[in-house]
Amino acid sequence: MSASGTIEGAAGREPHAPEATLGRKPDYLHAESTLRSWFLTTDHKRIAILYLISITGFFVIGALAAGVVRLALVVPNGAIMANDTYNKAFTIHGVVMVWFFLIPSIPATFGNFLIPLMIGAKDLAFPKLNLTSWYVFMTGALFTLASVVLGGVDTGWTFYAPLSTAFSNTWVLPALIGVTIVGFSSILTGLNFVVTIHTMRAPGMTWFKLPIFVWTHYATSLIFLLATPVITTALILLIAERGFHVGVFDPAYGGDPVLFQHLFWFYSHPAVYIMVLPGMGVISEIVPAFARKKLFGYRFVAYASIGLASVTFFVWGHHMFVNGQSDLASLVFSSLSFAVAVPSAVKVYNWTATIHKGSLRLDTPMLYAMGYIGLFVLGGLTGLYLATLAINQHVHATYFVVAHFHYIMVGGTVLAFLGGLHFWWPKFTGRMYSEPWGRVSAVLIFLGFNVTFFPQFILGYLGMPRRYATYPPEFQLLNVLSSAGATILAAGYIFPMLYLVYSLWFGRKAAANPWDAKGLEWETSSPPPTLNFVSPPEVPRVPYDYPIQAQESSDQHR
Amino acid sequence: MTPDHPALQLWPVAASATAVETDQLILAFTVLTLVLTVPVFLAITWFALRYREGSDANREPSGIRSNLIEISWMLVPFLLTLVFFAWGARLFVDSRNPPPDSMVIEAVGRQWMWKFQHPTGQAEINDLHLPIGQPIKMHIISQDVIHALYLPAVRMQVAALPDRYTEMWFKADKVGTFHLYCSEYCGTDHSVMGGKVTFMNPGDYQDWLVHAGAEQGKVAAGRALYQAYGCAACHEPGSPVGAPGLAGLYGSRVRLADGRTVVADNGWLRQKILNPNGDRLAGGGKQVMPSFAGLIPEDELGRLIDFIKAYPGPGQSAEATR
Ligand code: HEC
Ligand code: HEM
Ligand SMILES: [Cu+2]
Ligand SMILES: [Cu+2]
Repeated sequence: MSASGTIEGAAGREPHAPEATLGRKPDYLHAESTLRSWFLTTDHKRIAILYLISITGFFVIGALAAGVVRLALVVPNGAIMANDTYNKAFTIHGVVMVWFFLIPSIPATFGNFLIPLMIGAKDLAFPKLNLTSWYVFMTGALFTLASVVLGGVDTGWTFYAPLSTAFSNTWVLPALIGVTIVGFSSILTGLNFVVTIHTMRAPGMTWFKLPIFVWTHYATSLIFLLATPVITTALILLIAERGFHVGVFDPAYGGDPVLFQHLFWFYSHPAVYIMVLPGMGVISEIVPAFARKKLFGYRFVAYASIGLASVTFFVWGHHMFVNGQSDLASLVFSSLSFAVAVPSAVKVYNWTATIHKGSLRLDTPMLYAMGYIGLFVLGGLTGLYLATLAINQHVHATYFVVAHFHYIMVGGTVLAFLGGLHFWWPKFTGRMYSEPWGRVSAVLIFLGFNVTFFPQFILGYLGMPRRYATYPPEFQLLNVLSSAGATILAAGYIFPMLYLVYSLWFGRKAAANPWDAKGLEWETSSPPPTLNFVSPPEVPRVPYDYPIQAQESSDQHR
Repeated sequence: MTPDHPALQLWPVAASATAVETDQLILAFTVLTLVLTVPVFLAITWFALRYREGSDANREPSGIRSNLIEISWMLVPFLLTLVFFAWGARLFVDSRNPPPDSMVIEAVGRQWMWKFQHPTGQAEINDLHLPIGQPIKMHIISQDVIHALYLPAVRMQVAALPDRYTEMWFKADKVGTFHLYCSEYCGTDHSVMGGKVTFMNPGDYQDWLVHAGAEQGKVAAGRALYQAYGCAACHEPGSPVGAPGLAGLYGSRVRLADGRTVVADNGWLRQKILNPNGDRLAGGGKQVMPSFAGLIPEDELGRLIDFIKAYPGPGQSAEATR
């Protein structure tokens, strides 16, 4: 596929649909069935499916690596595998989960599929660019997988110099090149979303009628555009130093190793909001739909998304409190990190208020959403613990940090991903999955997750450092507990893969709007036709037009 | 398992006033966390039961001004948490400014060991002995990649950077032996880069210094022999002969060319020095080591072995030395 340089005009573009089928109006899945029609598609929905399949593959690879890590930690003395093997396993786990699953997870799949539907458009602004971004993503993935096949990488997903540039004897270069390339696919996706949301909204779809899902993706796209170039630059400098001994970070060549940490976290802290904002968008759709009630504090939630995307650029130094950063810088970064918690808390309180006096249905997506809220709150608050300077100098780089970010990224983002997957599965595929299995898996995942990760808070406070292939024997009990939880969690992940795939052939046919939800994506058939809507959809008077309306002075006076 | 088994200990020992206050800080913060979250969790559970579809709950809007609610749930928790920002910041800044009468310990990190030097010159590897009641300032640097020195008993860690000094200070107040770790991932043997820190009464510390001085005298004598007999020319890292490094050899398991594995204890080392052509190493290169049988008197052999013993290295494995 040659890179698509042609930037198509946003208005009135028709993604190619086979003329012959006009009479029956087949849905996007059945419009054409050749492999070619999938691999050269410019339909945002098909590209979303390509992404969905790819990232599921990466999730499986990342999860297998996690399994290896948890297996190794069952014994304290490293008897199960060599230290190098362990180090490679956690590096692969981190690299794959962060760059090949979490970052693209919700935006590239649900965002791609739903943004045009939600704003009443036929496609994204740049359909060819959209396809290009998938190819760029897969190219990056190929390099990274090559590094794994060739023998692995052992630097950790953070690639700190000079370990990564001078000391590691593993396949660092292909991994770095892969991650650098993937950044470009993020940039292309972000650009596409921003332009689409600005220019392709249906007549009458004003900014404050947009679903929160679109708001959070807008905020995420801004981070994609503003932060990704920084990590790209930093990674290219790493490549130059490792490959050509250009001294940037390694003091042996006159470089500064802490400089890399600054560049890395200047991207990677905002990137945690790339991972978390889209999930907040998903939850903001699910909660009103299953509470049958308008989202509480719509405008506050919308502004909070933009607020998060802005403040998140000014807290990166909280990863470096004990890394030789000046005390003044630490004080500033610590206080700003406390400020980030405000917009996060706004969201949680508003979701809770939405449930108040609603008419609740506890179907699978709602179970995930409620699990999300619980785990996200714990993850966010322990983030505040970490931002507290005196606590940080004890628990930095221990299992406490591991627990913190897993509560947010696995407890949060992955639950939101699964919740969204179940919520929109009928829309994506036209099929219903088995509801009892859905509920069982949701509960299993919630329990398994907590058994796996809660003990790690204790381990961290007890002082077990992270990235340890061997550890003092007194920590074994909690580690075995954590590994046991991981097996429950694994079962919880395997079930949805089975029953969702099963539903593709044997599931009940889904109605256009099986949840009786609001939002333009439910106004079209399940699955939608290639051009999304048969006739232009009518934009409702207010967003989240559910039967139960909250009393909201903020929205009614404007 | 008895109730005081270390595996059942869910709270780390606090061996300094800063550690005690750090614990108070996190416990108090946890109380606030519970105050802020338990109501939310209870509310969600209660709403989920009360407002289930079909229940006859009252769903009339309550008529509360939502802007007011929004502002209050933004500001109140924020201001409450700021208390903890301030407390944490104060404690942190205090724990960053060492008192002028601190005793200075030089700490050097390298893949994968810590080397500490006391003001009186005694050096230790991976383990560290310190007096209580005396402010200690660690002056830290790395020889290669970034490491971090972490002493959980005093709730403190600081990175060891390759290009500049960092500092950490604390005043231990509890006698005991605690973990000493590297907490910044630094490659293969990151998890074995560490040992124990022992806090002792000042008198015991003085005794320890004297004893360590004597021990180190013995080792120094061994080192002199190691130079004198030419072992260093072949065995020091970077020698053109490419003989295996001896750091970390003592007590490690050595794979032999004939497939056996032996433990490098006193007896085996003695044999290997006297008769290097026996027990050839697995994967070894050309055997060029001369036999020292009849050349080194028994007492000097003992001192050479003492020296090898005091030369612990990366992960204690012979293959991993560079
Ligand atoms: C001319 C170079 C040379 C000199 C001098 C030399 N060695 Fe060696 N040494 C070697 C080589 C080569 C081997 C590896 C032998 C093998 O492959 O079995 C070795 C092996 C050893 C071993 C076993 C190492 C292991 O990893 O198990 C010990 C112990 C040892 N030497 C100690 C000494 C001592 C003590 C001296 C000085 C008294 C000394 N060597 C002098 C070259 C030398
Ligand atoms: C309330 C908001 C948050 C605050 C105040 C916060 C604070 C922190 C702090 C201070 C650290 C550094 C800990 C250390 O290494 O010493 C950290 C680590 C981390 N956080 Fe958060 N965090 C927040 C939200 C998030 C979110 C939303 C995510 C992800 C979606 C996230 C993911 C991570 C990750 C991945 C790390 C560890 C990175 C690494 O060292 O590998 N955090 N957080
Ligand atoms: Cu951060
Ligand atoms: Cu280390």
